[in-house]
Amino acid sequence: MATTALGHRAHAAAGHAEPTGIWSWITTVDHKRIGILYGTTAFMFFLMGGIEALLLRIQLGSPDNTFLSPTTYNELFTMHGTTMIFLAIMPISAAFFNFIIPLQIGARDVAFPRLNAFSYWVFLMGGLFLNVSWLFGAAPDTGWFGYANLTSRQYSPGINVDFWLFGLQILGVASLAAAVNFFTTVLNLRAPGMRLMRMPIFTWMSFITQVLLLLAFPVITVALILLMFDRFFGTNFYVPSGGGDPLLWQHLFWIFGHPEVYILILPAFGIISEILPVFSRKPLFGYAAMVFSGIFIAFLGFGVWSHHMFATGMGPIADTYFSLVTMLIAIPTGVKIFNWLGTAWGGSIQYKTPMYFALGFIAMFIIGGLSGVMHASPPADLQQTDTYFVVAHFHYVMFGGSIFGLVAGAYYWWPKMFGRVLNERLGKWHFWLMLIGFNVTFFPMHILGLNGMPRRVYTYPAGLGFETLNLLETIGAFILASSFAVFLYNIYRTWRGPRNAPADPWNGATLEWSIPSPPQEWNFAEVPVVHGRDPLWEAKRERSGPLPEPARVSGEGIHLPNPSYWPLVTALGLTAMMAGVMLIHHLGPWGILAGGAIMLFGIFNWVFEPAG
Amino acid sequence: MSDHAAHAAAAHPDTATGIDSRKLAIWTFIGSECLFFATLISNYLVHKETWLTGPGPFPHEAWTSPAGKVFEPIIEIPLVTLGTALLLFSSLFVVLALANAQRGNRRGLLLWLGCTLLCGLFFVGMQVYEFTHFVHKGLTLKTNLFGGSFFVLTGFHGTHVSIGVLWLFTLWILAWRGKLTADKSLNLEIAALYWHFVDVVWVVIFPVVYLIK
Repeated sequence: MATTALGHRAHAAAGHAEPTGIWSWITTVDHKRIGILYGTTAFMFFLMGGIEALLLRIQLGSPDNTFLSPTTYNELFTMHGTTMIFLAIMPISAAFFNFIIPLQIGARDVAFPRLNAFSYWVFLMGGLFLNVSWLFGAAPDTGWFGYANLTSRQYSPGINVDFWLFGLQILGVASLAAAVNFFTTVLNLRAPGMRLMRMPIFTWMSFITQVLLLLAFPVITVALILLMFDRFFGTNFYVPSGGGDPLLWQHLFWIFGHPEVYILILPAFGIISEILPVFSRKPLFGYAAMVFSGIFIAFLGFGVWSHHMFATGMGPIADTYFSLVTMLIAIPTGVKIFNWLGTAWGGSIQYKTPMYFALGFIAMFIIGGLSGVMHASPPADLQQTDTYFVVAHFHYVMFGGSIFGLVAGAYYWWPKMFGRVLNERLGKWHFWLMLIGFNVTFFPMHILGLNGMPRRVYTYPAGLGFETLNLLETIGAFILASSFAVFLYNIYRTWRGPRNAPADPWNGATLEWSIPSPPQEWNFAEVPVVHGRDPLWEAKRERSGPLPEPARVSGEGIHLPNPSYWPLVTALGLTAMMAGVMLIHHLGPWGILAGGAIMLFGIFNWVFEPAG
Repeated sequence: MSDHAAHAAAAHPDTATGIDSRKLAIWTFIGSECLFFATLISNYLVHKETWLTGPGPFPHEAWTSPAGKVFEPIIEIPLVTLGTALLLFSSLFVVLALANAQRGNRRGLLLWLGCTLLCGLFFVGMQVYEFTHFVHKGLTLKTNLFGGSFFVLTGFHGTHVSIGVLWLFTLWILAWRGKLTADKSLNLEIAALYWHFVDVVWVVIFPVVYLIK
């Protein structure tokens, strides 16, 4: 697209030709291209996680089924959870952070473009690292939560847990690097006039997500380090026979894990808070309350981790505290839900696909939220722990919440990303198939769970009354899968169609709709000046009509960062170093040293190359 | 924008907060690192009550093995106090180095940055000696939970110090070649922020591990 325009652009210090083809993607530091890389990679992993789920559902479709062995079943549910959380929902959110945040705040790129590329490459390596385990027939099999002491050498002697441990450690580096980058970007790169309380709500929720990432990921990093020392170097942190405490893992994991839940949902909150006003033709109801309830949810998110551990017997004081604080989260969440309803209330609602998914999000998320409040009560939770009721709950918030929100975002921003509006009719097919398939799959799990069907068990005997609902769920899972087949077909069809999306197909309110679709490499030929919360609507009101289609400009004289392959080299070195630790009993220190040397080589070249 | 103008813009950050992005990023990173060390220190404290049942040696208590072998308290406070003092002084030295860098005084910069480096190197050397000494006295990662949490906590702190030494040494070489000029003193300021943080963490670790029984 921009190649002709780039031909005119004088390159500042580098003086070399603009890379083309695949090399241009390997060396890119453009936040929009990195966003697309994040999105496509994460969507591939999402499809993998979905196929894993379908295999699980086939196994559970009938009693005493032998379609999967218990071992394979364990591997599949572990990889399904790990993939969906770390390789699908988080990086699809990151795709939107990358593509949308700089456009919404009126910036030309993120604060550290090469660090941004590094985050993507590390994420890719981490995802591959985890999934390479399939080729060795040793996929992780201890659940995405990896409870001690199941993960100890004694109970998991194979390399399965090692793939999980080092894979997550690599992915943590990607998340932390990206969080530092976006935290700085949002604070520092806002266009003139864009005060914090004028920021678009998606940028706000993403910003809060970065804070959660910054504070939650170090904790899982240490928890994994301790596990690594237990497994490789003979310490006993989680080993009771050596004086250690397996519950320490649960505490550390959930101190990370509960904020992680908000890391997964807050970006979706932000997305639908963008979509509802635009398709209701009304400003967001209670903007400030939305911002502060987001902050409040994030804050409380660090004080509720032990509600994942009521069954461990912490005693009445801890149970009471964690129960109360957990219920408290219903307040800011309720504020959000009522504000979403207030936004749509009395609006001139445009029934477009993004709006369908946004409304679907509200309905599904309320169901997931309500069962969440049920778990907050320890006596109720003791009945529900380790049953399908919990599986139903977190799929209603993670799929009914996060995925509905992310798909809404995909339909909403697709024209901005690719210059093509996705087909409306197929989009609505996608929505109805997804809504029906989702509910047919997951609603019966509430009933099965309350009837006592345990989770994480590879089969169930006939005659317990579980057969019908399980078969129904399996059928639902295939309906759900078919909705994504429709989505893929929609993408394919749109791809073959003309690239003719206008800059502002939805009558948007925020800055990303003021520039061509897709944006040119420098985003804004002139840095915009912001006077309010809905800058585009204000501009349209002043003109008493739509804005003229922005022209594509040559970009002569606009200063852009140089492309670089050193982020990739550094990411490779980091991954090699982690693999070196994993193979330390085979390679000695040499694997670590080689990987570390590559990483240092990458860092030094990165630091001393002209950044442009 | 010409190259010259680009450099001028870099020297006077035109950001929404007025803070240079790299400086804001290192502060952000430091905030994240606080949780990293908080978790490691918590891990040490959590095990503090339970490790006394296991085999010795222990930091502050003598221990007699069932076979009758006596292990004296293993911690050597004087040596580590010296290391701690030098690490704290190195924070002062790096401030002096930065002041010289900002004034464009290359000799002062080289001197004080060199002092910082020597202190850092002494600290790392002290830790290497201490670790070796402990292993000779029979304390390894595997011996007991004190060994495990001690080596992991101080080891990760030592790794941070070593990275700081490598970072500051790179800057010292640049200064020596005359490339760390006044307009680039921010490069040193960012490294110094990291260095101060590593010091401050030690200010917490030192009493927790060495002084509190």
